[in-house]
Amino acid sequence: MNKKEMICIVCPMGCRLTLQEDVNEEKGYKVSGNQCHRGIEYGIMEQVNPTRALTSTVKIKDSSLNRLPVRTDHPIPKAMLFECMKLLNHIEIQAPIKMGDIVVENVLNTGANIIASRSMA
Amino acid sequence: MLNYDIVVIGGGPAGLAAAIEAKKNGVDSILVIERDRELGGILQQCIHNGFGLHIFKEELTGPEYAQRFIEQLEDMGISYKLDTMVLDISEDKSLMVMNRTDGLLKIRGKAIILAMGCRERTRGAINIPGTRPAGVFTAGTAQRFVNMEGYMVGKKVVILGSGDIGLIMARRLTLEGAEVKAVAELMPYSGGLTRNIVQCLDDFDIPLFLSHTLIDIKGRDRVEGITIAKVDENRKPIPGTEQHYECDTLLLSVGLIPENELSKSAGIQLDSITGGPVVNEAMETSVKGIFACGNVVHVHDLVDWVTEESRRAGRNAAKFIKDELWDGGPSFRTAAEKGIRYIVPHMVRVENVEQTVDLFMRVDDVYTNVNMVVKLDGVRIRTITKKHLAPGEMESIKIPTKFLKEKSGGLLTVCLEKEGA
Ligand SMILES: Cc1cc2nc3c(=O)[nH]c(=O)nc-3n(C[C@H](O)[C@H](O)[C@H](O)COP(=O)(O)OP(=O)(O)OC[C@H]3O[C@@H](n4cnc5c(N)ncnc54)[C@H](O)[C@@H]3O)c2cc1C
Ligand code: SF4
Repeated sequence: MNKKEMICIVCPMGCRLTLQEDVNEEKGYKVSGNQCHRGIEYGIMEQVNPTRALTSTVKIKDSSLNRLPVRTDHPIPKAMLFECMKLLNHIEIQAPIKMGDIVVENVLNTGANIIASRSMA
Repeated sequence: MLNYDIVVIGGGPAGLAAAIEAKKNGVDSILVIERDRELGGILQQCIHNGFGLHIFKEELTGPEYAQRFIEQLEDMGISYKLDTMVLDISEDKSLMVMNRTDGLLKIRGKAIILAMGCRERTRGAINIPGTRPAGVFTAGTAQRFVNMEGYMVGKKVVILGSGDIGLIMARRLTLEGAEVKAVAELMPYSGGLTRNIVQCLDDFDIPLFLSHTLIDIKGRDRVEGITIAKVDENRKPIPGTEQHYECDTLLLSVGLIPENELSKSAGIQLDSITGGPVVNEAMETSVKGIFACGNVVHVHDLVDWVTEESRRAGRNAAKFIKDELWDGGPSFRTAAEKGIRYIVPHMVRVENVEQTVDLFMRVDDVYTNVNMVVKLDGVRIRTITKKHLAPGEMESIKIPTKFLKEKSGGLLTVCLEKEGA
Protein backbone atom coordinates (compact mmCIF):
# COMPACT_ATOMS: atom_id res chain seq x y z
CA MET A 1 0.00 0.00 0.00
CA ASN A 2 1.09 3.50 -0.74
CA LYS A 3 -2.07 5.52 -0.85
CA LYS A 4 -5.61 4.45 -0.01
CA GLU A 5 -8.97 6.20 -0.30
CA MET A 6 -11.71 5.48 2.19
CA ILE A 7 -14.85 7.00 3.66
CA CYS A 8 -14.97 7.85 7.34
CA ILE A 9 -18.08 6.25 8.86
CA VAL A 10 -17.74 7.73 12.32
CA CYS A 11 -20.41 10.37 11.72
CA PRO A 12 -22.94 11.21 8.97
CA MET A 13 -20.54 13.74 7.37
CA GLY A 14 -18.89 10.79 5.63
CA CYS A 15 -15.57 12.53 4.90
CA ARG A 16 -13.53 11.14 2.04
CA LEU A 17 -10.20 10.23 3.62
CA THR A 18 -6.84 9.58 2.02
CA LEU A 19 -4.44 7.36 3.92
CA GLN A 20 -0.75 7.46 3.08
CA GLU A 21 2.18 5.53 4.49
CA ASP A 22 4.51 7.98 6.18
CA VAL A 23 7.46 6.97 8.32
CA ASN A 24 7.59 10.41 9.91
CA GLU A 25 4.15 9.95 11.47
CA GLU A 26 3.91 8.41 14.91
CA LYS A 27 1.58 5.66 13.79
CA GLY A 28 3.14 5.20 10.37
CA TYR A 29 0.29 6.76 8.37
CA LYS A 30 -0.77 10.22 7.36
CA VAL A 31 -4.52 10.86 7.02
CA SER A 32 -6.02 13.73 5.05
CA GLY A 33 -9.53 14.77 4.03
CA ASN A 34 -10.87 14.43 7.57
CA GLN A 35 -12.93 17.25 9.04
CA CYS A 36 -12.21 16.30 12.63
CA HIS A 37 -9.65 14.34 14.66
CA ARG A 38 -11.82 11.23 14.85
CA GLY A 39 -11.27 10.75 11.15
CA ILE A 40 -7.52 10.25 11.72
CA GLU A 41 -8.10 7.56 14.31
CA TYR A 42 -10.68 5.87 12.11
CA GLY A 43 -8.47 5.92 9.00
CA ILE A 44 -5.57 4.27 10.77
CA MET A 45 -7.74 1.72 12.61
CA GLU A 46 -9.47 0.82 9.36
CA GLN A 47 -6.07 -0.04 7.89
CA VAL A 48 -4.54 -1.78 10.91
CA ASN A 49 -7.51 -3.46 12.58
CA PRO A 50 -10.97 -2.57 11.24
CA THR A 51 -13.64 -2.61 13.94
CA ARG A 52 -17.43 -2.14 13.96
CA ALA A 53 -20.09 -1.64 16.58
CA LEU A 54 -22.58 -4.52 16.44
CA THR A 55 -26.29 -4.03 17.05
CA SER A 56 -28.68 -6.97 17.10
CA THR A 57 -31.34 -8.63 19.23
CA VAL A 58 -31.58 -11.54 21.66
CA LYS A 59 -34.60 -13.59 22.74
CA ILE A 60 -36.37 -12.37 25.84
CA LYS A 61 -38.78 -14.35 28.03
CA ASP A 62 -41.88 -13.01 29.76
CA SER A 63 -41.93 -9.63 28.07
CA SER A 64 -44.46 -7.92 25.83
CA LEU A 65 -42.10 -8.37 22.87
CA ASN A 66 -40.07 -11.39 21.74
CA ARG A 67 -36.81 -9.61 21.15
CA LEU A 68 -34.57 -7.33 23.17
CA PRO A 69 -32.32 -4.95 21.20
CA VAL A 70 -28.67 -5.17 22.24
CA ARG A 71 -25.36 -3.64 21.19
CA THR A 72 -21.64 -3.85 21.87
CA ASP A 73 -20.43 -1.16 24.26
CA HIS A 74 -17.20 -0.87 22.20
CA PRO A 75 -16.53 -1.69 18.56
CA ILE A 76 -15.26 -5.23 17.95
CA PRO A 77 -13.03 -6.54 15.13
CA LYS A 78 -14.98 -6.59 11.89
CA ALA A 79 -13.92 -10.17 11.21
CA MET A 80 -15.70 -11.33 14.39
CA LEU A 81 -19.16 -9.94 13.59
CA PHE A 82 -20.62 -13.21 12.34
CA GLU A 83 -19.14 -15.26 15.18
CA CYS A 84 -20.66 -12.81 17.61
CA MET A 85 -24.06 -13.07 15.87
CA LYS A 86 -23.90 -16.85 16.20
CA LEU A 87 -23.33 -16.54 19.90
CA LEU A 88 -26.22 -14.08 20.31
CA ASN A 89 -28.58 -16.50 18.56
CA HIS A 90 -28.22 -18.90 21.48
CA ILE A 91 -28.92 -16.39 24.19
CA GLU A 92 -32.25 -16.04 25.90
CA ILE A 93 -32.69 -13.68 28.79
CA GLN A 94 -35.40 -13.14 31.34
CA ALA A 95 -37.44 -9.92 31.64
CA PRO A 96 -37.33 -7.44 33.30
CA ILE A 97 -34.11 -5.86 32.10
CA LYS A 98 -32.77 -2.32 32.23
CA MET A 99 -31.13 -0.31 29.49
CA GLY A 100 -27.35 -0.67 29.85
CA ASP A 101 -27.49 -4.03 31.69
CA ILE A 102 -24.78 -6.43 30.55
CA VAL A 103 -26.15 -9.36 28.54
CA VAL A 104 -22.78 -10.97 27.65
CA GLU A 105 -19.59 -9.96 29.39
CA ASN A 106 -16.33 -9.67 27.43
CA VAL A 107 -17.86 -11.18 24.34
CA LEU A 108 -15.45 -13.55 22.51
CA ASN A 109 -12.60 -12.05 24.56
CA THR A 110 -12.83 -8.78 22.68
CA GLY A 111 -13.00 -6.73 25.86
CA ALA A 112 -16.42 -5.45 24.76
CA ASN A 113 -19.67 -6.29 26.53
CA ILE A 114 -23.04 -6.88 24.92
CA ILE A 115 -25.51 -4.55 26.64
CA ALA A 116 -29.29 -4.10 26.52
CA SER A 117 -30.20 -1.03 24.48
CA ARG A 118 -33.57 -0.52 26.13
CA SER A 119 -35.42 -1.44 29.30
CA MET A 120 -38.13 -4.08 29.03
CA ALA A 121 -40.64 -5.10 31.63
CA MET B 1 -65.48 15.26 26.74
CA LEU B 2 -61.93 15.62 28.11
CA ASN B 3 -60.25 19.02 28.00
CA TYR B 4 -56.53 19.80 27.89
CA ASP B 5 -54.45 22.85 27.12
CA ILE B 6 -52.27 20.91 24.68
CA VAL B 7 -53.00 17.59 23.02
CA VAL B 8 -50.11 15.92 21.17
CA ILE B 9 -50.98 13.32 18.52
CA GLY B 10 -48.21 10.72 18.20
CA GLY B 11 -45.72 9.53 20.82
CA GLY B 12 -42.61 9.25 18.64
CA PRO B 13 -39.54 11.44 19.12
CA ALA B 14 -41.42 14.44 17.71
CA GLY B 15 -44.41 14.15 20.05
CA LEU B 16 -42.23 13.41 23.08
CA ALA B 17 -39.90 16.38 22.54
CA ALA B 18 -42.83 18.74 21.86
CA ALA B 19 -44.72 17.67 25.00
CA ILE B 20 -41.63 17.93 27.22
CA GLU B 21 -40.75 21.37 25.90
CA ALA B 22 -44.34 22.65 26.31
CA LYS B 23 -44.29 21.53 29.94
CA LYS B 24 -40.90 23.17 30.49
CA ASN B 25 -42.45 26.37 29.19
CA GLY B 26 -45.14 26.43 31.80
CA VAL B 27 -48.08 24.40 30.46
CA ASP B 28 -49.25 21.65 32.82
CA SER B 29 -52.34 20.29 31.15
CA ILE B 30 -50.87 18.13 28.38
CA LEU B 31 -51.93 14.79 26.89
CA VAL B 32 -49.95 12.64 24.44
CA ILE B 33 -52.00 10.18 22.38
CA GLU B 34 -50.24 7.16 20.82
CA ARG B 35 -51.88 4.38 18.81
CA ASP B 36 -49.11 1.85 19.48
CA ARG B 37 -48.69 -0.19 22.67
CA GLU B 38 -45.71 1.89 23.73
CA LEU B 39 -44.12 5.32 23.25
CA GLY B 40 -41.07 5.90 21.06
CA GLY B 41 -42.50 5.70 17.55
CA ILE B 42 -40.44 4.29 14.73
CA LEU B 43 -37.26 4.48 16.86
CA GLN B 44 -38.20 1.31 18.74
CA GLN B 45 -37.56 -0.76 15.63
CA CYS B 46 -34.40 1.11 14.58
CA ILE B 47 -32.03 -0.93 16.74
CA HIS B 48 -28.92 0.21 14.84
CA ASN B 49 -26.81 3.06 16.13
CA GLY B 50 -26.34 6.51 14.66
CA PHE B 51 -28.91 8.50 16.59
CA GLY B 52 -28.24 11.50 18.77
CA LEU B 53 -24.82 12.67 17.56
CA HIS B 54 -25.97 16.29 17.58
CA ILE B 55 -28.27 16.37 20.60
CA PHE B 56 -26.35 14.07 22.98
CA LYS B 57 -22.89 14.10 21.35
CA GLU B 58 -22.84 10.32 21.45
CA GLU B 59 -23.96 7.59 19.16
CA LEU B 60 -27.12 5.90 20.43
CA THR B 61 -29.41 3.23 19.04
CA GLY B 62 -33.03 4.19 18.26
CA PRO B 63 -34.48 2.59 21.42
CA GLU B 64 -31.84 4.28 23.59
CA TYR B 65 -32.62 7.66 22.08
CA ALA B 66 -36.34 7.11 22.61
CA GLN B 67 -35.92 5.91 26.16
CA ARG B 68 -34.13 9.10 27.24
CA PHE B 69 -37.18 11.10 26.20
CA ILE B 70 -39.74 8.62 27.54
CA GLU B 71 -38.08 8.69 30.97
CA GLN B 72 -38.03 12.47 30.95
CA LEU B 73 -41.72 12.61 30.00
CA GLU B 74 -42.60 10.25 32.83
CA ASP B 75 -40.43 12.10 35.34
CA MET B 76 -42.21 15.32 34.46
CA GLY B 77 -45.58 13.68 35.03
CA ILE B 78 -46.95 14.31 31.54
CA SER B 79 -50.03 12.15 30.84
CA TYR B 80 -50.31 9.86 27.87
CA LYS B 81 -52.74 7.33 26.46
CA LEU B 82 -51.42 4.24 24.64
CA ASP B 83 -53.26 1.93 22.23
CA THR B 84 -55.35 4.97 21.38
CA MET B 85 -56.01 6.12 17.87
CA VAL B 86 -57.03 9.60 16.81
CA LEU B 87 -59.65 9.22 14.09
CA ASP B 88 -60.59 12.77 13.28
CA ILE B 89 -59.74 16.38 14.09
CA SER B 90 -62.28 19.13 13.58
CA GLU B 91 -61.44 22.76 13.01
CA ASP B 92 -62.51 23.69 16.55
CA LYS B 93 -59.67 21.44 17.75
CA SER B 94 -61.76 18.62 19.15
CA LEU B 95 -60.52 15.11 18.46
CA MET B 96 -62.44 11.90 17.92
CA VAL B 97 -60.40 9.21 19.62
CA MET B 98 -60.83 5.46 20.05
CA ASN B 99 -59.41 2.74 22.29
CA ARG B 100 -60.52 -0.56 23.81
CA THR B 101 -61.26 0.69 27.32
CA ASP B 102 -62.99 4.00 26.59
CA GLY B 103 -64.49 3.17 23.21
CA LEU B 104 -65.13 6.38 21.33
CA LEU B 105 -64.01 9.48 23.15
CA LYS B 106 -64.03 13.20 22.44
CA ILE B 107 -60.98 15.18 23.53
CA ARG B 108 -60.52 18.91 23.13
CA GLY B 109 -57.25 20.81 23.16
CA LYS B 110 -56.80 24.55 23.22
CA ALA B 111 -53.77 23.78 21.10
CA ILE B 112 -52.93 20.63 19.16
CA ILE B 113 -49.54 19.34 18.08
CA LEU B 114 -49.49 16.97 15.13
CA ALA B 115 -46.64 14.44 15.41
CA MET B 116 -47.97 11.43 13.47
CA GLY B 117 -44.73 10.71 11.59
CA CYS B 118 -44.76 9.22 8.12
CA ARG B 119 -45.56 5.99 6.40
CA GLU B 120 -43.71 4.01 3.78
CA ARG B 121 -44.54 4.13 0.13
CA THR B 122 -45.82 0.72 -0.85
CA ARG B 123 -45.88 -1.24 -4.01
CA GLY B 124 -49.21 0.21 -5.03
CA ALA B 125 -47.78 3.71 -4.83
CA ILE B 126 -45.03 2.91 -7.31
CA ASN B 127 -46.54 0.47 -9.78
CA ILE B 128 -44.48 -2.70 -9.78
CA PRO B 129 -45.05 -5.15 -12.62
CA GLY B 130 -45.35 -8.92 -12.33
CA THR B 131 -47.37 -11.25 -10.14
CA ARG B 132 -48.44 -10.54 -6.56
CA PRO B 133 -46.91 -13.38 -4.52
CA ALA B 134 -46.05 -13.34 -0.80
CA GLY B 135 -42.55 -12.28 0.18
CA VAL B 136 -42.77 -8.62 -0.81
CA PHE B 137 -42.33 -6.31 2.17
CA THR B 138 -41.62 -2.65 2.72
CA ALA B 139 -38.22 -2.31 4.40
CA GLY B 140 -39.74 -0.76 7.52
CA THR B 141 -42.26 -3.58 7.93
CA ALA B 142 -39.46 -6.13 7.59
CA GLN B 143 -37.48 -4.15 10.16
CA ARG B 144 -40.32 -4.35 12.63
CA PHE B 145 -40.80 -8.10 12.05
CA VAL B 146 -37.12 -8.94 12.48
CA ASN B 147 -36.17 -6.55 15.28
CA MET B 148 -39.27 -6.59 17.45
CA GLU B 149 -41.16 -9.79 16.70
CA GLY B 150 -38.13 -11.96 15.96
CA TYR B 151 -39.59 -13.16 12.68
CA MET B 152 -37.10 -13.62 9.86
CA VAL B 153 -38.57 -12.44 6.56
CA GLY B 154 -36.58 -14.59 4.11
CA LYS B 155 -33.35 -16.28 3.08
CA LYS B 156 -32.50 -14.82 -0.31
CA VAL B 157 -33.27 -11.17 -0.60
CA VAL B 158 -33.19 -8.39 -3.19
CA ILE B 159 -33.79 -4.80 -2.11
CA LEU B 160 -35.38 -2.21 -4.36
CA GLY B 161 -34.40 1.35 -3.44
CA SER B 162 -31.29 2.53 -1.64
CA GLY B 163 -32.76 4.75 1.06
CA ASP B 164 -31.26 4.41 4.53
CA ILE B 165 -33.86 1.93 5.75
CA GLY B 166 -33.11 -0.39 2.82
CA LEU B 167 -29.36 -0.16 3.44
CA ILE B 168 -29.74 -0.77 7.17
CA MET B 169 -31.94 -3.80 6.43
CA ALA B 170 -29.40 -5.18 3.94
CA ARG B 171 -26.86 -5.38 6.76
CA ARG B 172 -29.37 -6.57 9.34
CA LEU B 173 -30.61 -9.47 7.21
CA THR B 174 -27.05 -10.42 6.21
CA LEU B 175 -26.00 -10.58 9.86
CA GLU B 176 -29.06 -12.72 10.57
CA GLY B 177 -27.90 -15.22 7.97
CA ALA B 178 -29.79 -14.20 4.85
CA GLU B 179 -28.10 -13.73 1.51
CA VAL B 180 -28.76 -10.21 0.23
CA LYS B 181 -28.09 -10.51 -3.47
CA ALA B 182 -28.35 -6.93 -4.63
CA VAL B 183 -29.71 -3.46 -4.00
CA ALA B 184 -31.19 -1.78 -7.08
CA GLU B 185 -31.69 1.99 -7.22
CA LEU B 186 -33.59 3.83 -9.94
CA MET B 187 -31.66 7.08 -9.57
CA PRO B 188 -28.00 7.51 -10.59
CA TYR B 189 -27.19 8.18 -6.91
CA SER B 190 -28.17 6.55 -3.64
CA GLY B 191 -30.84 8.10 -1.45
CA GLY B 192 -28.98 6.98 1.67
CA LEU B 193 -26.03 8.30 3.64
CA THR B 194 -22.58 7.43 2.28
CA ARG B 195 -21.59 5.92 5.62
CA ASN B 196 -24.47 3.49 5.29
CA ILE B 197 -23.33 2.38 1.85
CA VAL B 198 -19.90 1.66 3.32
CA GLN B 199 -20.92 -0.09 6.52
CA CYS B 200 -24.07 -1.83 5.26
CA LEU B 201 -23.20 -2.81 1.68
CA ASP B 202 -19.43 -2.60 1.08
CA ASP B 203 -18.61 -4.33 4.37
CA PHE B 204 -20.57 -7.37 3.19
CA ASP B 205 -19.80 -7.18 -0.54
CA ILE B 206 -23.43 -6.51 -1.43
CA PRO B 207 -23.60 -4.96 -4.92
CA LEU B 208 -25.46 -1.67 -5.45
CA PHE B 209 -26.84 -1.17 -8.95
CA LEU B 210 -27.55 2.50 -9.61
CA SER B 211 -29.87 3.52 -12.48
CA HIS B 212 -31.60 0.14 -12.28
CA THR B 213 -35.24 -0.77 -11.85
CA LEU B 214 -37.37 -3.80 -11.22
CA ILE B 215 -39.04 -5.10 -14.35
CA ASP B 216 -40.52 -8.42 -13.24
CA ILE B 217 -41.45 -10.49 -10.21
CA LYS B 218 -41.76 -14.28 -10.65
CA GLY B 219 -43.57 -16.71 -8.38
CA ARG B 220 -47.17 -17.71 -7.68
CA ASP B 221 -47.53 -18.17 -3.94
CA ARG B 222 -44.14 -16.93 -2.83
CA VAL B 223 -41.57 -14.79 -4.66
CA GLU B 224 -39.23 -17.08 -6.66
CA GLY B 225 -37.16 -14.52 -8.46
CA ILE B 226 -37.01 -11.00 -9.80
CA THR B 227 -35.53 -9.27 -12.82
CA ILE B 228 -33.90 -5.87 -12.81
CA ALA B 229 -32.63 -3.83 -15.74
CA LYS B 230 -30.59 -0.71 -16.32
CA VAL B 231 -32.55 2.45 -17.19
CA ASP B 232 -31.76 5.27 -19.61
CA GLU B 233 -31.92 9.02 -18.83
CA ASN B 234 -35.70 8.88 -19.07
CA ARG B 235 -35.77 6.06 -16.52
CA LYS B 236 -36.94 3.57 -19.15
CA PRO B 237 -35.49 0.03 -18.97
CA ILE B 238 -32.79 -0.64 -21.60
CA PRO B 239 -33.41 -3.94 -23.46
CA GLY B 240 -30.57 -6.42 -23.12
CA THR B 241 -29.47 -5.23 -19.67
CA GLU B 242 -31.77 -7.57 -17.72
CA GLN B 243 -30.34 -9.46 -14.75
CA HIS B 244 -32.31 -12.19 -13.05
CA TYR B 245 -31.98 -13.09 -9.37
CA GLU B 246 -33.44 -16.09 -7.62
CA CYS B 247 -34.84 -14.90 -4.31
CA ASP B 248 -37.71 -15.53 -1.89
CA THR B 249 -37.99 -11.99 -0.64
CA LEU B 250 -38.17 -8.50 -2.13
CA LEU B 251 -37.84 -5.47 0.15
CA LEU B 252 -39.08 -2.08 -0.98
CA SER B 253 -37.27 0.97 0.29
CA VAL B 254 -38.81 3.46 -2.05
CA GLY B 255 -39.54 6.43 0.14
CA LEU B 256 -41.66 7.79 2.92
CA ILE B 257 -44.74 10.01 2.85
CA PRO B 258 -45.88 12.20 5.76
CA GLU B 259 -49.00 10.78 7.40
CA ASN B 260 -51.57 13.52 6.89
CA GLU B 261 -55.04 12.03 6.70
CA LEU B 262 -55.82 13.73 10.01
CA SER B 263 -54.40 17.07 8.93
CA LYS B 264 -56.72 16.97 5.94
CA SER B 265 -59.72 16.32 8.16
CA ALA B 266 -58.87 19.50 10.09
CA GLY B 267 -58.75 21.50 6.87
CA ILE B 268 -55.02 22.17 7.16
CA GLN B 269 -53.23 23.43 4.06
CA LEU B 270 -50.63 20.95 2.75
CA ASP B 271 -47.48 21.51 0.69
CA SER B 272 -47.65 19.36 -2.43
CA ILE B 273 -43.88 18.76 -2.46
CA THR B 274 -43.22 17.80 1.18
CA GLY B 275 -46.63 16.16 1.55
CA GLY B 276 -46.87 17.82 4.97
CA PRO B 277 -48.58 20.91 6.38
CA VAL B 278 -47.53 24.42 5.39
CA VAL B 279 -45.99 25.86 8.59
CA ASN B 280 -44.64 29.14 9.91
CA GLU B 281 -41.61 29.89 12.12
CA ALA B 282 -43.53 28.63 15.15
CA MET B 283 -44.30 25.30 13.40
CA GLU B 284 -47.92 26.40 13.38
CA THR B 285 -50.08 25.19 10.49
CA SER B 286 -52.63 27.18 8.52
CA VAL B 287 -55.15 26.54 11.33
CA LYS B 288 -54.39 28.75 14.35
CA GLY B 289 -53.39 26.75 17.41
CA ILE B 290 -52.62 23.56 15.46
CA PHE B 291 -48.87 22.93 15.34
CA ALA B 292 -46.92 20.17 13.58
CA CYS B 293 -43.42 18.73 13.88
CA GLY B 294 -41.21 15.82 12.85
CA ASN B 295 -41.81 13.50 9.92
CA VAL B 296 -45.43 14.59 9.59
CA VAL B 297 -44.12 17.94 8.27
CA HIS B 298 -41.30 16.67 6.07
CA VAL B 299 -39.27 13.47 6.05
CA HIS B 300 -36.15 13.82 8.22
CA ASP B 301 -33.12 11.56 7.95
CA LEU B 302 -31.68 12.51 11.32
CA VAL B 303 -33.76 12.25 14.45
CA ASP B 304 -31.72 15.06 16.03
CA TRP B 305 -33.34 17.55 13.65
CA VAL B 306 -36.74 16.09 14.54
CA THR B 307 -36.05 16.80 18.19
CA GLU B 308 -34.89 20.34 17.50
CA GLU B 309 -37.89 21.14 15.34
CA SER B 310 -40.30 19.56 17.83
CA ARG B 311 -38.91 21.52 20.75
CA ARG B 312 -39.66 24.64 18.75
CA ALA B 313 -43.24 23.44 18.17
CA GLY B 314 -43.68 22.67 21.89
CA ARG B 315 -42.28 26.02 22.96
CA ASN B 316 -44.54 27.90 20.58
CA ALA B 317 -47.64 25.90 21.49
CA ALA B 318 -46.97 26.93 25.10
CA LYS B 319 -46.67 30.56 23.98
CA PHE B 320 -49.97 30.20 22.15
CA ILE B 321 -51.64 28.94 25.33
CA LYS B 322 -50.19 31.85 27.30
CA ASP B 323 -51.26 34.24 24.56
CA GLU B 324 -47.67 35.22 23.85
CA LEU B 325 -47.47 34.14 20.25
CA TRP B 326 -47.33 37.24 18.11
CA ASP B 327 -49.57 37.28 15.07
CA GLY B 328 -49.07 40.26 12.80
CA GLY B 329 -46.06 42.51 12.44
CA PRO B 330 -43.50 42.04 9.70
CA SER B 331 -43.44 38.68 7.98
CA PHE B 332 -42.11 37.09 4.84
CA ARG B 333 -42.59 33.96 2.79
CA THR B 334 -39.89 31.49 1.81
CA ALA B 335 -39.49 29.97 -1.63
CA ALA B 336 -37.26 27.27 -3.07
CA GLU B 337 -35.50 28.31 -6.27
CA LYS B 338 -33.03 26.65 -8.65
CA GLY B 339 -31.65 23.41 -7.25
CA ILE B 340 -33.75 23.43 -4.06
CA ARG B 341 -36.82 21.20 -3.79
CA TYR B 342 -38.52 22.71 -0.78
CA ILE B 343 -38.00 24.91 2.28
CA VAL B 344 -39.54 24.55 5.73
CA PRO B 345 -40.90 26.80 7.27
CA HIS B 346 -42.98 28.39 4.53
CA MET B 347 -43.64 31.64 6.35
CA VAL B 348 -41.78 33.63 9.01
CA ARG B 349 -43.20 36.25 11.36
CA VAL B 350 -40.08 38.14 12.41
CA GLU B 351 -41.36 39.10 15.90
CA ASN B 352 -41.62 35.47 16.96
CA VAL B 353 -38.13 34.45 15.90
CA GLU B 354 -35.86 33.64 18.83
CA GLN B 355 -32.34 34.34 17.56
CA THR B 356 -32.06 32.86 14.14
CA VAL B 357 -34.49 31.67 11.53
CA ASP B 358 -33.64 28.03 10.81
CA LEU B 359 -34.47 27.01 7.26
CA PHE B 360 -34.55 23.30 6.44
CA MET B 361 -34.37 22.16 2.85
CA ARG B 362 -33.48 19.44 0.37
CA VAL B 363 -31.71 19.78 -2.96
CA ASP B 364 -33.05 18.16 -6.13
CA ASP B 365 -29.88 16.40 -7.36
CA VAL B 366 -26.30 15.60 -6.39
CA TYR B 367 -24.06 18.70 -6.55
CA THR B 368 -20.38 19.31 -5.81
CA ASN B 369 -18.71 22.65 -5.06
CA VAL B 370 -21.75 24.89 -5.18
CA ASN B 371 -22.94 27.92 -3.25
CA MET B 372 -26.23 27.97 -1.42
CA VAL B 373 -27.40 31.55 -1.84
CA VAL B 374 -30.04 33.15 0.39
CA LYS B 375 -31.73 36.25 -0.96
CA LEU B 376 -34.26 38.63 0.54
CA ASP B 377 -36.33 40.25 -2.20
CA GLY B 378 -33.61 39.46 -4.68
CA VAL B 379 -30.76 40.84 -2.57
CA ARG B 380 -28.13 38.33 -1.48
CA ILE B 381 -27.89 38.12 2.33
CA ARG B 382 -25.94 34.90 2.81
CA THR B 383 -23.75 32.57 0.77
CA ILE B 384 -22.68 29.17 2.01
CA THR B 385 -20.18 27.10 0.06
CA LYS B 386 -20.80 23.36 -0.04
CA LYS B 387 -18.45 20.65 -1.24
CA HIS B 388 -21.15 18.03 -1.54
CA LEU B 389 -24.96 18.17 -1.59
CA ALA B 390 -27.33 15.24 -2.10
CA PRO B 391 -31.13 14.85 -2.01
CA GLY B 392 -30.76 12.20 0.71
CA GLU B 393 -29.22 14.66 3.13
CA MET B 394 -31.26 17.49 4.59
CA GLU B 395 -29.53 20.87 4.72
CA SER B 396 -30.17 23.66 7.17
CA ILE B 397 -29.28 27.34 7.08
CA LYS B 398 -29.46 29.65 10.07
CA ILE B 399 -30.22 33.30 9.36
CA PRO B 400 -29.71 35.80 12.19
CA THR B 401 -32.76 38.03 12.66
CA LYS B 402 -30.67 41.17 12.21
CA PHE B 403 -30.72 40.45 8.47
CA LEU B 404 -34.50 40.40 8.50
CA LYS B 405 -35.56 43.11 10.92
CA GLU B 406 -34.87 46.05 8.65
CA LYS B 407 -36.37 44.55 5.59
CA SER B 408 -39.58 42.59 5.72
CA GLY B 409 -42.84 41.86 4.02
CA GLY B 410 -40.96 40.16 1.27
CA LEU B 411 -39.76 36.91 -0.16
CA LEU B 412 -36.83 34.92 1.19
CA THR B 413 -35.38 32.57 -1.40
CA VAL B 414 -32.63 29.97 -1.50
CA CYS B 415 -30.99 28.77 -4.71
CA LEU B 416 -27.81 27.00 -5.81
CA GLU B 417 -25.12 28.72 -7.85
CA LYS B 418 -21.95 27.21 -9.27
CA GLU B 419 -18.97 28.33 -7.28
CA GLY B 420 -17.25 31.34 -8.81
CA ALA B 421 -20.35 32.33 -10.76
C1 LIG C 1 -36.98 2.85 9.37
C2 LIG C 1 -36.31 4.15 9.71
C3 LIG C 1 -34.92 4.22 10.00
C4 LIG C 1 -34.32 5.41 10.43
N1 LIG C 1 -32.97 5.46 10.75
C5 LIG C 1 -32.43 6.62 11.29
C6 LIG C 1 -31.05 6.71 11.74
O1 LIG C 1 -30.27 5.78 11.56
N2 LIG C 1 -30.59 7.84 12.35
C7 LIG C 1 -31.43 8.90 12.55
O2 LIG C 1 -31.01 9.91 13.16
N3 LIG C 1 -32.72 8.87 12.09
C8 LIG C 1 -33.23 7.76 11.48
N4 LIG C 1 -34.54 7.72 11.04
C9 LIG C 1 -35.31 8.95 11.13
C10 LIG C 1 -35.98 9.17 12.47
O3 LIG C 1 -36.12 7.97 13.15
C11 LIG C 1 -37.31 9.73 12.21
O4 LIG C 1 -37.09 10.91 11.50
C12 LIG C 1 -38.06 10.01 13.51
O5 LIG C 1 -38.36 8.82 14.17
C13 LIG C 1 -39.35 10.75 13.20
O6 LIG C 1 -40.04 10.99 14.39
P1 LIG C 1 -41.59 11.31 14.45
O7 LIG C 1 -41.93 11.41 15.88
O8 LIG C 1 -41.88 12.43 13.55
O9 LIG C 1 -42.30 10.04 13.78
P2 LIG C 1 -42.50 8.55 14.32
O10 LIG C 1 -41.32 8.04 15.02
O11 LIG C 1 -42.98 7.79 13.14
O12 LIG C 1 -43.68 8.68 15.37
C14 LIG C 1 -45.03 8.95 15.02
C15 LIG C 1 -45.93 8.32 16.04
O13 LIG C 1 -47.27 8.74 15.83
C16 LIG C 1 -48.16 7.67 16.04
N5 LIG C 1 -49.40 7.95 15.30
C17 LIG C 1 -49.55 8.16 13.96
N6 LIG C 1 -50.85 8.39 13.66
C18 LIG C 1 -51.54 8.34 14.82
C19 LIG C 1 -52.92 8.50 15.15
N7 LIG C 1 -53.85 8.75 14.23
N8 LIG C 1 -53.29 8.38 16.46
C20 LIG C 1 -52.35 8.12 17.42
N9 LIG C 1 -51.04 7.97 17.15
C21 LIG C 1 -50.63 8.07 15.87
C22 LIG C 1 -47.39 6.49 15.48
O14 LIG C 1 -47.86 5.27 16.02
C23 LIG C 1 -45.96 6.81 15.94
O15 LIG C 1 -45.64 6.25 17.19
C24 LIG C 1 -35.13 6.55 10.54
C25 LIG C 1 -36.49 6.50 10.18
C26 LIG C 1 -37.08 5.34 9.75
C27 LIG C 1 -38.54 5.35 9.31
S1 SF4 D 1 -13.64 12.86 9.88
FE1 SF4 D 1 -14.84 13.63 11.59
S2 SF4 D 1 -16.41 14.89 10.55
FE2 SF4 D 1 -15.53 13.59 8.97
S3 SF4 D 1 -16.89 11.78 8.91
FE3 SF4 D 1 -15.16 11.31 10.29
S4 SF4 D 1 -15.97 11.81 12.32
FE4 SF4 D 1 -17.30 12.83 10.84
